[in-house]
Amino acid sequence: MTASVKPEYHKTLFFRLLGIGIHQKLLAFASLIILLIIFSVTSPNFMQTSNMIAILQAASVNGVLAIAVTLVIITGGIDLSVGTLMTFCAVIAGVVLTYWGMPLPLGILAALLAGALCGLCSGTFVAKMHIPPFIATLGMMLILKGLSLVISGTRPIYFNDTPGFDQIARGSVIGELIPSLPIPNGVLILFIVAITASYILNRTILGRYAFAIGSNEEAVRLSGVNTARWKMTIYALAGSICGIAGILIASRLNSAQPALGLGYELEAIAAVVIGGTSLSGGRGTIVGTLIGALIIATLTNGLRVLAVAQEWQTIVTGAIIILAVYADMLRRKNTA
Amino acid sequence: MPIIIEMTGVEKKFPGVHALKGAQFELQAGEVHALMGENGAGKSTLMKILAGIYQPDRGDVRIYHTKVSPHSPRDAQQLGIGFIHQELCLMDDLTAAQNIFIGREPRLSFGRVDETALNRQAIDIFASMNVDLNPRSLVGHLTIAKQQMIEIAKALSFKPRVLIMDEPTAALNDAEIAELFMTIRRLKSEGVGIIYISHKMDELKQIADRVTVMRDGEYVATVGVKETPVSTIIAMMVGRKLTATSTETPDLSEATTALEVIGLNRGQHIRDISFSLKKGEILGFAGLMGAGRTEVVRAIFGADRKDSGEIRVHGTPCIIDKPVDAVRLGIGYLSEDRKRFGLATGMSIRDNIALASLNRFSGKIGQLDEDGIRGAARSFICTQAIRTPSDQQEVRLLSGGNQQKVVIAKWLLADCDILIFDEPTRGIDIGAKSEIYALLDQLAKDGKAIIVISSELPEIIRLSHRIAVMCEGRLTGILPGGTNTSQKDIMQLATQTNAIMHTIGN
Repeated sequence: MTASVKPEYHKTLFFRLLGIGIHQKLLAFASLIILLIIFSVTSPNFMQTSNMIAILQAASVNGVLAIAVTLVIITGGIDLSVGTLMTFCAVIAGVVLTYWGMPLPLGILAALLAGALCGLCSGTFVAKMHIPPFIATLGMMLILKGLSLVISGTRPIYFNDTPGFDQIARGSVIGELIPSLPIPNGVLILFIVAITASYILNRTILGRYAFAIGSNEEAVRLSGVNTARWKMTIYALAGSICGIAGILIASRLNSAQPALGLGYELEAIAAVVIGGTSLSGGRGTIVGTLIGALIIATLTNGLRVLAVAQEWQTIVTGAIIILAVYADMLRRKNTA
Repeated sequence: MPIIIEMTGVEKKFPGVHALKGAQFELQAGEVHALMGENGAGKSTLMKILAGIYQPDRGDVRIYHTKVSPHSPRDAQQLGIGFIHQELCLMDDLTAAQNIFIGREPRLSFGRVDETALNRQAIDIFASMNVDLNPRSLVGHLTIAKQQMIEIAKALSFKPRVLIMDEPTAALNDAEIAELFMTIRRLKSEGVGIIYISHKMDELKQIADRVTVMRDGEYVATVGVKETPVSTIIAMMVGRKLTATSTETPDLSEATTALEVIGLNRGQHIRDISFSLKKGEILGFAGLMGAGRTEVVRAIFGADRKDSGEIRVHGTPCIIDKPVDAVRLGIGYLSEDRKRFGLATGMSIRDNIALASLNRFSGKIGQLDEDGIRGAARSFICTQAIRTPSDQQEVRLLSGGNQQKVVIAKWLLADCDILIFDEPTRGIDIGAKSEIYALLDQLAKDGKAIIVISSELPEIIRLSHRIAVMCEGRLTGILPGGTNTSQKDIMQLATQTNAIMHTIGN
């Protein structure tokens, strides 16, 4: 018998970059479309451009955090510290820019470096000291929350002295080019982060090892791969992405709010899970996470437009998570 | 003595394996009846049928002449059959008494557990076994021997008429074995029938009354232990027919030494192992289950730690602490458990083949040369005749033989010239087996140095140029390969518990 090899799939570069497994992501994507249809039928104000942009804007910070968590979850881990790390990075940017009066690029760099360093710490706890990821990042979550409060003296740090800082998330480069499409930079940054993360996951050695480690870490180790080093790299990368989220949220609020952050990690994990990434590792896509973040933002926005009380929005989101995971399990059972 | 158990004409097929072919077995009250045979002879399957874990395809099981068919371990328990598995299954964080009565704790009102009654009942059982054990001690804090006693106590709490013990002495030292044998003799005197599965000949002579030998799923004979010499029992166990043609041992006197292991040690599992392996040579490792073969090769590969010992690769002493070090030196390890240790089964063939050599296919910023990886994967799919519709196929969808070829391809792509195969044909059907054999022969001809671990003697004899035999962590001898060595020679060394090194030839 000879081995026959099928011709390569003719996917466009765009889809391949996003790593779409069309049939896999169909479920989450279809739910998003259905949500959009339901809300636009029930409320005439929903489908306006300004509201759509508001949804995208609302999804941007959570989306970036969710991408960071996706990377870690694909290796079979979890990162509970993304929310408070985001705040920590924002505070660091505040210290560098407002307290020390350094130029804007240095502030951004400091936030990214702080994120990477904290991620490296989590990664070391997990990969070198073999502390379960849940515990290691739970510890980091609390440490970073405390550090943010200590460094800032529990007061918000404002960026009034740094001109252009609020434009990082709120300005619109696209809107300057196409005035009818004032998409804020925050959304643009979300998509740039998503495409970069997708490239890393699907096209680089780091991404390949991330999937392989999540799929069977021992087999990868026995293949002569330094799994500890690669896991630490993933946590560090996720940390620096949290740094980006920190800059985004600080820019939107034009301040670093040290008390913020707790709870963001759960919303990020919710987006990842709704997007079909398996919590047991080895499987996941950035585009799924993106859709997950959009579903949460759409729900929150749509229910608010329909004047549903805030407390009910939380209940609905919780129910959606359980439904999404159950639907995904059913789908897996059918395809297995 | 009354007969408790009769099993006759028992047939059992698993996908691809005819595990039991008309097997039979008989147990009398108050006897210790040993069950022997090579790995894969069908002992465990037969006992699992008796214990209700498997159901036979055909055949009768009778207890006191009444036909029974236990459908679950619980059924078997109610019929008075207790099974002490080789692997202890106790909950470390519960006490001895809690373990014994798990699932049937004496209750007080509102579902409260009556700990006092629980402990009292446990003390009664320990007293009947003449064992001094505190029922309140946590199982995790006890020695393996004591844990074994708790397993036995648990089995006895069901008041069994039959007790099956699978390799009960595997983890015990001599004093503990003596303690266990006393318990067995006491049970025997109370009329309990004991089925004793073991590979150790000397134990058999001490404790067993009769022995039943199985081979290839068939019943060979039942004989009395006292009047039968060990060599006769070994002769009954072996004698499987060689299926394939035997290998010709090449002349390797000119070949250079690829791997040399000197004085490798780790606790009880690896005891002073030394051997050498030449380029182009296939060195077989034979031995019974638990002889320490896998432990030795994992230690060489750096997957597990070692206490002492030197490893030389191509004549140079090397430090191998991690698999990374081994792979860098060109050593590849193919585990006996492909799915756990060899493959990322959810990933594609292409990704798995490239797993050990991704560094070579990545650029400055770590971007992967996907075309290069695809080319390499496809060329291995062709040369090794891996049957798959595409190199993007998930590995879990392949057959065992094809999965094994993917693992081999992984190491060949990583340029390994010392390859360690641990049970290379486990779970692989006969057709694919001969393909794997041919592949190994070819690799040796190409100058690779190869270690093969196998529990199947015909396979070891078919493949090896030399055969290293291990027993209880020691190398008991190195035999020449090919037709010069019989299965009986190997079995003799594999059951030889005293550490005399026999070297024949070489």
